[in-house]
Amino acid sequence: MKPFRYDRAGDISGAVSTLAREPTGVFLAGGTNLVDLMKLGVMEPDVLVDVRRLTSLGIEDLPDGGLRIGAAVTNSELAADRRIRSRYPVLSQALLSGASGQLRNLATTGGNMLQRTRCAYFYDTTTPCNKREPRTGCSALEGCNKDHAILGASRHCVATHPSDMAVALTALDAVVRVQGPAGGRAIPISELYRLPGQEPERDTTLQHAELITAVDLPPMAFSSSSRYRKVRERASYAFALVSVAAALRVQDGVVRDARIALGGVAHMPWRAHKAEDAVRGGPAVEESFRAAARAELAEAVPLSDNAYKVPLAVNVITRTLLDLSEAQ
Amino acid sequence: MEITLKADGAEHRLAVDPRTTLLDALREGLGIYGPKKGCDHGQCGACTILLDGKRVISCLALAVAHDGAEIITAEGLASGGELHPMQRSFIEHDAFQCGYCTPGQIVSAVGMLDEVDAGWPSHVTRDVGAGEVSLTDEEVRERMSGNLCRCGAYANIVPAIREAAEGGRLR
Repeated sequence: MKPFRYDRAGDISGAVSTLAREPTGVFLAGGTNLVDLMKLGVMEPDVLVDVRRLTSLGIEDLPDGGLRIGAAVTNSELAADRRIRSRYPVLSQALLSGASGQLRNLATTGGNMLQRTRCAYFYDTTTPCNKREPRTGCSALEGCNKDHAILGASRHCVATHPSDMAVALTALDAVVRVQGPAGGRAIPISELYRLPGQEPERDTTLQHAELITAVDLPPMAFSSSSRYRKVRERASYAFALVSVAAALRVQDGVVRDARIALGGVAHMPWRAHKAEDAVRGGPAVEESFRAAARAELAEAVPLSDNAYKVPLAVNVITRTLLDLSEAQ
Repeated sequence: MEITLKADGAEHRLAVDPRTTLLDALREGLGIYGPKKGCDHGQCGACTILLDGKRVISCLALAVAHDGAEIITAEGLASGGELHPMQRSFIEHDAFQCGYCTPGQIVSAVGMLDEVDAGWPSHVTRDVGAGEVSLTDEEVRERMSGNLCRCGAYANIVPAIREAAEGGRLR
């Protein structure tokens, strides 16, 4: 591992100003992804600014009925929180479907959101990768791309975002609170992540030295009717091939409202607006859910090895919406 | 950098390079060899320790980031020459073959049972909103999925953990 300087700032503003002066530095929280990437030489920061003890470890009730999750709350603590489990079960389920117990006890809310893709070429420093080393090319385009994106990809990058938690947060319209050299701001999660375009090296719209301090869950009348469904190559401890986070409100057999987000299909958690629009106001029946899912996947562009993801995503969306409507 | 670690009941001051993981600090710095270096990438669980009471993998945690931490390894579970009930249960159930993953399995199981006692749900818990968890074989397998056993001793690991959890009532 390349040597680096370890810095533990006294507070958030100190951490931000320290990192702002270090163009090749990064924040360290749980380290479960970053330290691995540093061991492999995929990331080689000169400075680590440890923020794990700086941001909040608490989950607070907000006056509007929502919740504010401190960035340092571990994935385990968040998944186990009683309020999350009863009011936002999709988030609890997404977290529990990711990693292992030992990893969830280290991994933080802020760090989970900023974990890097698990594209094998990104990890293999002997192969070209535009995300790891801009303008070297994408090895997955002509290589093994069974795990890769079918929506929103570019010829520069077909990597997927690995987080399960972020898919649930996308369905829940979470707002990400950050502190940076220019002050604080609140970013709707749909504007935090980005598609690869010509700059796949940028996973998010965060500027250098902007630190995630908390994530707000807005109140949602039907968020207790939500769930996460994940398909992977083994029963546990694997990344998603395709996953769906959904919330559904059904009244008198009619879908009154829906939130749907997909994981494992794009460079960012994919909010399925087309499917949501298609189911809203329609009957809560399988044909309607399947048609909505097909509408969302209509623009999918599969690669040589991942065409299976298109029908898989359609099926997983359909099944999840059916499960939610049957439970009401 | 100088850090302090309380490992298996004894406090140590040691100098570490910032790149040193907790796993290397324990093994190379303090001579505590219970935590094993399996994959060194957070995928196998052989390096599992209890860090401030919670089970974690030690190969991806930087020692400098855990200055002052209290650590318990498989060696520290036994007290006064008495094996921990989980260690006894693994022996009684022949829950290992080569033994390389065993310290990690045992520490992970001990931490996992505390999580169950705290009412934490898992991926296979039917209703995450429910307060209590019943520790079925399915729950044990899911909660222990971060500990791989290359010999495939799972068939005995699951009952060993359930018996330790139930204080011997399974027999």
